[in-house]
Amino acid sequence: MKIIEVSGLKTVFGSRTVHDGLNLSIAKGEIYGLLGPSGCGKTTLLREMVLLQEYAAGSIKILGYDLEHINHAQAQILRQKWGVLFQSGALFSSLTLKENIALPLREYTELNQKMINEIVALKIHLVGLKQTDAHLYPSQISGGMKKKAGLARAIAMDPELLFLDEPTSGLDPISAREFDRLILKLRDTLGLSIVMVSHDLQSIYDTLDKMAIIDNKKIVYEDTLQNLARSESHFVQTFFKERV
Amino acid sequence: MQTSQLIVKQTPEKIALYFFGAFTLHNIAAYSAQVDTLHLEQKSLLLDLKNVTSFDTAAALFIHNLQKQADDFTLLSESPKIQENLLFVQNQVNHVPPRQYERRKSFLFAIGKRVEEFVLDGRLFLAFFGRIFFASLDYLTHFKHIRYKEIAFEINESAIKALWIIALTSFLIGVVVAYQSAYQLKLYGANIFIVDMLGISILRELAPLITAIVIAGRSGSAFTAQIGAMKITQELDAMQTMGFDPYAFLVIPRIIALMVALPILIFVADVMGVFGGMLVSFIDLGISGHLFLERLNEVVAVKHFYIGIFKGPFFAFLIAAIGIFRGLQVKDNTQSIGFNTTKSVVMSIFAVIVCDAIFSIAFTNLGM
Repeated sequence: MKIIEVSGLKTVFGSRTVHDGLNLSIAKGEIYGLLGPSGCGKTTLLREMVLLQEYAAGSIKILGYDLEHINHAQAQILRQKWGVLFQSGALFSSLTLKENIALPLREYTELNQKMINEIVALKIHLVGLKQTDAHLYPSQISGGMKKKAGLARAIAMDPELLFLDEPTSGLDPISAREFDRLILKLRDTLGLSIVMVSHDLQSIYDTLDKMAIIDNKKIVYEDTLQNLARSESHFVQTFFKERV
Repeated sequence: MQTSQLIVKQTPEKIALYFFGAFTLHNIAAYSAQVDTLHLEQKSLLLDLKNVTSFDTAAALFIHNLQKQADDFTLLSESPKIQENLLFVQNQVNHVPPRQYERRKSFLFAIGKRVEEFVLDGRLFLAFFGRIFFASLDYLTHFKHIRYKEIAFEINESAIKALWIIALTSFLIGVVVAYQSAYQLKLYGANIFIVDMLGISILRELAPLITAIVIAGRSGSAFTAQIGAMKITQELDAMQTMGFDPYAFLVIPRIIALMVALPILIFVADVMGVFGGMLVSFIDLGISGHLFLERLNEVVAVKHFYIGIFKGPFFAFLIAAIGIFRGLQVKDNTQSIGFNTTKSVVMSIFAVIVCDAIFSIAFTNLGM
């Protein structure tokens, strides 16, 4: 079953075309990577998928909703079915970690405070943070912790779909591998589908099931890691040098 | 260490350049001055790098450019490192695309660009107004959606915490106005008329305007900076993807809070301004507090007070809307926060004064 389908997507910024006819599809339960050189529009594509940015032509379908003809109520339903982790965590700076994670639960559910506290504690544990960190504000914690907390907030509502924007960038190698394991564990235990933008080769080898490589406004490759050798793209040849 | 130098030997059809010592960024300027006096065209060039001790990419580029000018050349060098360096630079240079010069923008173009930006800004502000309107409709139809906690928090931030500065400023304004007019009124022996003057000018114009200006500098700039910072750290994006409308969470509570707060602050400013004037009247003109208040009650119609308070919510809306709008216009860099904060304060004070002028004309024509 396909949960995301992008077809003929075109994105234009002023006079600059960023995407020209992108096609890709993502199946349920997959960890799917968006790869490509800097400035090729990976993050832009991600932002278009999560309704933060409009595109010029083509269509994006997520969980059966066509983003072009979606109304406000449907968009709100969709937003509760996905979680997004931004590059720098994007935690709400006026709230503690605990309040950040609890916010979607408080706004969207009728759960009582005790239940919310328990769920928050579980998610904090799941992403590998300490319970004592829960009362800290985002300004008081490190970049790696912010990412973990951002992930905890993204999975607070047990979404079907998780978008990660460069989840391991800026992490030390040990934390980065921990993060990879965490992502795999989440997929296996919670049955998530994950879409991520990444530059981290190790993370790409360890976690991705399938990937799309964007280069020069087009998708130059969309398949599994194993079939990569068949690609003739310049980016693939240099980026995956030792592998291909 | 060998001193670095360049020795040039010339014959009619041949030029030989002998490089000694370090050949790097630091001595290229001197070398190129030497070489520029030679005419390399149609001559064969001998480049001797055998005695060069250090060689960097800038030197390689220098050599590469010499080779391009000369008819034919011979390069003497035994160091593999230098040859590698030369080869590397030559390869890179061949891949650098020729630089494209942008056409110089004419004066007319610059004017057009500014006008276009201005129009786009205006359209964005209209769109922002529309969003505010929709979000407030949602508030009016769904009382459950009203974010009382945020509104209360913002009222505390922008009204309660501003009480002292507003009280002090308006007290001083009252003192200054009274002191200056007392001097003039004494000349005519019209001491008691200071009450009429102060009453009307403070209640009707000065208190609302001074309060609005202080709040524009205090809360308007704070709104811009807060929301701008949230935009840079992607907090606004995060809110949107989680389905929380930033207009309902951030924009409307701030606007409502300021619209509630400003009339209260204007009231405080009225009291303190009149009190300041009363104090000066007593000290300078010998008008007792009792007499002052009696006269105030007699000659200053209550409508002046109401008009002053009535302006409050309008000023508040302008200050909050402009502050937040500029905050939302912040781009992904920190300079943009400063730029937009400045613009926010200047624009909101300007808007408040224009609005006050419109009210002034409207009320006078309505006979109030």
